[in-house]
Amino acid sequence: MTHVITYGIDALSQGGLDGLAALGIALIFGVMRLINFAQTAFITLGGYMILLLGSSSWPVVVAITVIVIALLAVATERVAFRPIREANMATLLVTSFAVSSFLQNVLIMIAGAQTQGVAFGASLLRSFSIGGAQVNKLAVVTIGVSLGLLGLVAAFLRNTRTGVELRAATENFRMARMLGVRANRVIAVAFAISGGLAAAVSFLVTAQSGSLTPTSGLQPAIVGFVATVIGGMGSLVGAVAGGFALGVATVIFQVALPSGAAPYNQAFVFAIVFLLLVVRPQGLMGAGLIEERA
Amino acid sequence: MPTLTISDLNVSYGRIAALHGVSIEVREGEMVGLVGPNGAGKSTLVNCIAGVVPATSGAVAFGERSLIGVRPERIVDWGVSVVPEGRQIFTRLTVLENLVLGATTRRDRAQVDEDLERVFARFPVLKAAGSKLAGKLSGGEQQQLAIARALMARPKLLMLDEPSLGLAPLVIDEMFAWLSELHEAGTTILLIEQNATRTIEVADRTYVLNKGKVAREIEDSEAAADTNLLETYLGVASERPS
Repeated sequence: MTHVITYGIDALSQGGLDGLAALGIALIFGVMRLINFAQTAFITLGGYMILLLGSSSWPVVVAITVIVIALLAVATERVAFRPIREANMATLLVTSFAVSSFLQNVLIMIAGAQTQGVAFGASLLRSFSIGGAQVNKLAVVTIGVSLGLLGLVAAFLRNTRTGVELRAATENFRMARMLGVRANRVIAVAFAISGGLAAAVSFLVTAQSGSLTPTSGLQPAIVGFVATVIGGMGSLVGAVAGGFALGVATVIFQVALPSGAAPYNQAFVFAIVFLLLVVRPQGLMGAGLIEERA
Repeated sequence: MPTLTISDLNVSYGRIAALHGVSIEVREGEMVGLVGPNGAGKSTLVNCIAGVVPATSGAVAFGERSLIGVRPERIVDWGVSVVPEGRQIFTRLTVLENLVLGATTRRDRAQVDEDLERVFARFPVLKAAGSKLAGKLSGGEQQQLAIARALMARPKLLMLDEPSLGLAPLVIDEMFAWLSELHEAGTTILLIEQNATRTIEVADRTYVLNKGKVAREIEDSEAAADTNLLETYLGVASERPS
């Protein structure tokens, strides 16, 4: 029973983290049909911001990093994606690869390619006991941060004017414009939120691993892409649910597989992903939005 | 109130010409029909006026302002609203959210609320369904929502692209009745339809578009009795109840 609590909390924590990663990607995909590979670089750079701000207190690190990464995301849209907004999905995807590689290589030029240790949130790496079960503090914080941010974004999308405009643009961009929704503004807002979410993912991932490399952002971003596809491209709720399911599945495999196979749990998770897509190509909550955005 | 003036408009998709040398005019307070068979370029014309399809050459002006190269979000701000083909309501948003989005360009909050009440009075089914997802509405209800959403912008010119498509005959009757009401209330309307007979009946003037060109302008409904005309330009299209 105590194991169930320990693993349950680990599963929820991984699920929440992957849900956050997925939301950042799904927001951009929804509003401009862009599979934004640059999200990888945003998550990585968030980690390096923590390193750069090393000696500051954590609220300062969090605030500055969120602002910097959100601005970087908005700037990327302005410089790289806006000029080719009407281009087809393949062009957008290749551009996002280019942007991602560019940022990553600039980072290597400045910070080097070697692995660097970061003591961020080190005090969270302890466990405490709930009814005899050992619970990781960081896992509880991750659950709290994930739920908090998901709730915040949901409230924004539901209750604010800009949020409703963003949802409308996600469903039918051209029609939203014909009603007066300002395309540039809505897309910039989506990028800012996505950048903020990337920063949140970097905090949680960096605290967990305690180290950074120029490819730190790759794994969470890939999970985000996969989650978006499983959820059904274009459905935000679907993407978050997909991310959550992936995270939970990762922990379940880790626990349930024999010890020799456990390190390869991702292989099992992704095997399920492709089997799922063979059976249900439109994803779990398929919105069928993989058509050209007009 | 401004006049919509289109002169010598050409629109091409790649090498395929969709409109050649189209010139039409919609004056203040008029209800103008635009009929023609499938592929005549009717939707292209609407989309070009709304700013979502670029013109190759020619002029589109609303009052003194040219609409060529202007963003769609600005064109609606200038008073031109569209009820697009296929309705294009936001199915994953509530009915109320759809309506509020219709008023995106407006800053007169209090009057928006009044207009919402007015729209609900005209289309009571939308009031009852306010918090429902728009995707759950029936086809006829969705068409009411699309028209109501466009009205929320308080348009000076309302363009409707095939609003009768896919509706049951009784609902089509209702829809033409709403349009006549709107017209009598002073809204300028450009009505694009395949249902030529009905359109010529309700409109002040009707243009016949065929193969990307204005084939004819019908000044009054007497001309509609000219069955020869309907056969020439509209063929089966006028027979089809759609």
